[in-house]
Amino acid sequence: MKETVCIVCPRGCKLRIDESGGDLAVTGNACRRGRDFAVSELKDPRRTICTTVRTAFPEVPVLPVRLSAEIPKARIFDVMREINAVTVESRVGRGDIIIKDVLSLGADVIASSNLLKEIQ
Amino acid sequence: MNENTYDVIVIGGGPAGLAAAVSARDAGAGVLLIEREARLGGILKQCIHDGFGLLRFGEKLSGPEYAEREIDELRKRNIPAKTLTFVTKIEKERGRFRVHAVSRDGVAVYETAALVLATGCRERTAKQVFIHGTRPSGIFTAGTAQHFTNLLGELPAKKCVILGSGDIGLIMARRLTLEGAQVLGVYEAKPTPSGLTRNLHQCLYDYDIPLYLSHTVTRVFGADRLEGVEIAEVDENMRPVEGTGRRVDCDALILSVGLIPENELAEGLGVEIDPKTKGPVCDGQCMTSVDGVFSCGNALHVNDLADYVSENAAAAGKAAAEYRRIGRKPARLNASEEFLYLVPQRLDLNRSNAGTTVYFRSRCDYNNARLVLSVDGKEVFSKRYAFLRPPEMERLELNFDALGLTERSDVRFTLELQGGKERAQ
Ligand SMILES: Cc1cc2nc3c(=O)[nH]c(=O)nc-3n(C[C@H](O)[C@H](O)[C@H](O)COP(=O)(O)OP(=O)(O)OC[C@H]3O[C@@H](n4cnc5c(N)ncnc54)[C@H](O)[C@@H]3O)c2cc1C
Ligand code: SF4
Repeated sequence: MKETVCIVCPRGCKLRIDESGGDLAVTGNACRRGRDFAVSELKDPRRTICTTVRTAFPEVPVLPVRLSAEIPKARIFDVMREINAVTVESRVGRGDIIIKDVLSLGADVIASSNLLKEIQ
Repeated sequence: MNENTYDVIVIGGGPAGLAAAVSARDAGAGVLLIEREARLGGILKQCIHDGFGLLRFGEKLSGPEYAEREIDELRKRNIPAKTLTFVTKIEKERGRFRVHAVSRDGVAVYETAALVLATGCRERTAKQVFIHGTRPSGIFTAGTAQHFTNLLGELPAKKCVILGSGDIGLIMARRLTLEGAQVLGVYEAKPTPSGLTRNLHQCLYDYDIPLYLSHTVTRVFGADRLEGVEIAEVDENMRPVEGTGRRVDCDALILSVGLIPENELAEGLGVEIDPKTKGPVCDGQCMTSVDGVFSCGNALHVNDLADYVSENAAAAGKAAAEYRRIGRKPARLNASEEFLYLVPQRLDLNRSNAGTTVYFRSRCDYNNARLVLSVDGKEVFSKRYAFLRPPEMERLELNFDALGLTERSDVRFTLELQGGKERAQ
């Protein structure tokens, strides 16, 4: 029996995961996504990253970015190194791709703000 | 109409002010929004993590994305917004308000029939926490750390200790760790964490950052720059236990010890403040004790989700647009002591309360509680909760119009506890 907390939505359901029967029995989840989360926590825990990337524009020293999809939890710091090696040199906008398919993990690093278009 | 005259003036351009302005406009009002900072968006500008918008947009957004979507709505409607404009004073004159604001162009006075105060909240600071020692640099709030890291791109600490387990502190623990800083631990004086459970998991446990409950910082070391702190255990009365003190070397002490609604302007207008929420006492239309003054978002009570802030502010904006001076018929909403607070604190029976949203927090962690609404001792509504935790705000939609209330009705919310009190781990 394992206990964890579903982080998919703000409700934060307390999950109990019972593997004893060979099949995964998940209880405590208020919706389906909680079960999917529990299964992925055991087999392949994934997370997203929200961070910033440096820019070449002094009035906006950093631009908020996030991943377009979750990546394996164990690769978070590898991806952070990639993001911190980049400097944005054009006025990209919200949703624009900063790094495509970062480390071939199937997720893009995308801008999560229009700051560079707003402050000129 | 004079060019400086409006139906509704909204003060504050965070998610609350934005939603209030948009809904007031949609209800037909001439609206002006005033914001003291250069950019709209409020505190969300620096909240670059995700988790916003699941309720409002059905998507997981970061703070800037959420705020920018709300700003787009404001712009679509051509609602005027004055930024870098600070409201210094508001006067009430013959049922109308004169709003004094200072900007680079000087002082201006705007007139309005209704006011929406959406001024957000501020963080408790070191002054409000008792710690021995000098005041070296390197002691700041989690929000300040967030500002430096996420807006200025400067890492404010290499090796730090976080005091208080509020959400912003938890979020900053993860953020600083991602950027390569060492977070030695989060110390919480209370026996239960203040932040959301999901933030304990995704911000601390995911990164092996330890959480120490019933611990506090008793002393700081260092002359100009912080060199270390003394940590001690505390007893049930939050007093340090002698002999438990130990020194932890660090270059920063980050405080995440709570938020307080920002209500200087409201107080200036003589608005009644609820000692429990530290925000104005309001009715189901978000109107404060002063006719025509509405309050919403974190200025009203500290929310844990921006989505709830937007929902509440939209209701306030609409009510402000529809505001007409008619007498009030107040009915108190009483809450038993198991509630930390309940908003709204009263209803105006001269207005419709058919779809009133009630927000509340429990005082302690409760398992298996039954919320009961009674009128003159008779139960009229109940709802079961498997657990209630103070950090997690609850909301209920109720039709008070169906209850036949009068000004003399004893309207009472109580929590019946089956499972008894339980302290979370
Ligand atoms: C540091 C910090 C971090 C937070 N992080 C999160 C988070 O991660 N997730 C979350 O859901 N919530 C977070 N919150 C709570 C957050 O405040 C709310 O979710 C939401 O932003 C509240 O919206 P608001 O519009 O009420 O307040 P705010 O966003 O604070 O907006 C208030 C606005 O009013 C303006 N203002 C105030 N006084 C005046 C005046 N006199 N004249 C003109 N303008 C004025 C301010 O400049 C500000 O822009 C955080 C709060 C703080 C303080
Ligand atoms: S189980 Fe469903 S309701 Fe519960 S936290 Fe997860 S996503 Fe939210």
